[in-house]
Amino acid sequence: MGMTMSQKILAAHAGLDSVKAGQLIEAKLDMVLGNDITSPVAINVFEENGATSVFDNSKIAMVMDHFTPNKDIKAATQVKQVRNFANKYDIKNYMDVGEMGIEHALLPEKGLVGPGCLCIGADSHTCTYGALGAFSTGVGSTDMAAGMISGKAWFKVPSAIKFELVGKPQKYVSGKDVILHIIGMIGVDGALYKSMEFCGEGIKYLNIDDRLCIANMAIEAGAKNGIFPVDDVTRDYCNGRYQGTPVEYTADEDAVYDEVYTIDLGKLRPTVSFPHLPENTKTVDEIGETEVKIDQCVIGSCTNGRITDLRAAAEIMKGKKVANGVRCIVIPATQKIWLDAMHEGLFDIFINAGAVVSTPTCGPCLGGYMGILAAGERAVSTTNRNFVGRMGHVDSEVYLASPAVAAASAVTGYITDPAKV
Amino acid sequence: MNVKGKVHKFGDNIDTDVIIPARYLNTSSHKELAAHCMEDIDKDFVNKVQPGDIMVAEKNFGCGSSREHAPIAIKASGISCVIASTFARIFYRNAINIGLPILECDQAAKEIKEGDTVSVDFSTGVITDETTGKTYQAEPFPEFIQNIIKKGGLIKSIM
Repeated sequence: MGMTMSQKILAAHAGLDSVKAGQLIEAKLDMVLGNDITSPVAINVFEENGATSVFDNSKIAMVMDHFTPNKDIKAATQVKQVRNFANKYDIKNYMDVGEMGIEHALLPEKGLVGPGCLCIGADSHTCTYGALGAFSTGVGSTDMAAGMISGKAWFKVPSAIKFELVGKPQKYVSGKDVILHIIGMIGVDGALYKSMEFCGEGIKYLNIDDRLCIANMAIEAGAKNGIFPVDDVTRDYCNGRYQGTPVEYTADEDAVYDEVYTIDLGKLRPTVSFPHLPENTKTVDEIGETEVKIDQCVIGSCTNGRITDLRAAAEIMKGKKVANGVRCIVIPATQKIWLDAMHEGLFDIFINAGAVVSTPTCGPCLGGYMGILAAGERAVSTTNRNFVGRMGHVDSEVYLASPAVAAASAVTGYITDPAKV
Repeated sequence: MNVKGKVHKFGDNIDTDVIIPARYLNTSSHKELAAHCMEDIDKDFVNKVQPGDIMVAEKNFGCGSSREHAPIAIKASGISCVIASTFARIFYRNAINIGLPILECDQAAKEIKEGDTVSVDFSTGVITDETTGKTYQAEPFPEFIQNIIKKGGLIKSIM
């Protein structure tokens, strides 16, 4: 029986010729990731159990991104704990303020993950790296601790859903619209425990940032991982960047899928997820011009804080003003993206429009800081979750959208089709 | 091992942001996390919950973030077991890894009501609603996972 892309990577890392869905395996890890929220819990587990060494100090990444630059004393104390651990064990990829960016933008950018690698991260959006043809999945802090000690993790080999992408997306339809459309179609548990494998001739129209965005939100459909095949777009991005040895895996012709969906990218429209689940999607055509009044717009996050995202937002906002009463917060995801955006003049556009530009941080996405909502307030946001209380008060609301839709909405003050701005 | 307690009932897609809001993730203290467990969906939960009580929810329990703080908060609040139709996969792993007993049983999850007294026999997977007298059979864990549980959690199983 043939294997999917995900199954082949798992088999290779478990030292097996083949694996099948449902099989429990132990596999060698190429990268173990944690952040300033999850690493402290992992370090507690590591130390309480008497561990005294890590399996490989170059295969662990600790990125201080959620509440940094530290939002309060407790957050500072947590980062201090991780910093001390990183110093003690000489963790090569410990990234603190000055170097840090949002982990799922930073690891691909620094070449710490790439085609064919197996990565676990104590952050649910670790599934992002599947965009590069990696098997990458979110785990908890105890799994992270076990991974740091042994360099291995156990996996139940997932079955898969195949998404055959065809056609070329229209203007203002981005990776975000593709994944929101898919989540709207299959639901927040539509891919529970499974791989989402994206393929088809349409992927050539998706740039690397679109693919990172799509794989990033696989978890919002409950998936174990999302993955793309490696093509020239991937190779162009990873060549000279990826520090490991890239290995390209393709699904067997006779690979078995639980379901196969064909999605015509040419028919998709800019899509928005209404509160309080990412599956509550509507296209901009289904939203009245003054139906959803917003108080805040967030453009950033591990989902949509990359350079092409900022360019898409700037293209809409150029020469325009953020609507009265709307706070617009732009958060480039890494220091490099920040510099690129600055040199390209995007900050002039944002600041002249009345937006603010923040240092890289997860900040408001998870209701941490840097843009918390009060009761009754609404945000349109390029982030990934719109659960109850996600960005602040339990009676606030988050509408998930692409950078183009978010920027257009910031300008009008209502959720708006970017073509109409 | 058996547990018995009163049921706290929740619906579909209970996410980790309502189990433990991110505003409390600036600590890893089990006690502090437990003090805010379920706060954004049931403000009174922490006052009502008694040691040994059982949480019952429907599909996709624990969806969202990978924060292990979520099963930690539930366990530290006194909950002895979570029964759901299905669990989100990271929550499922985390619960096993930290030793919070969880059981998948769709029928029990749908039929058991808030305030019922329920007992669970982990050796057989039998769930008994003592209020209604009905019994349910939960899916047994695969042997591999039973071994992790027997050894006292993931870390003890690898060291």
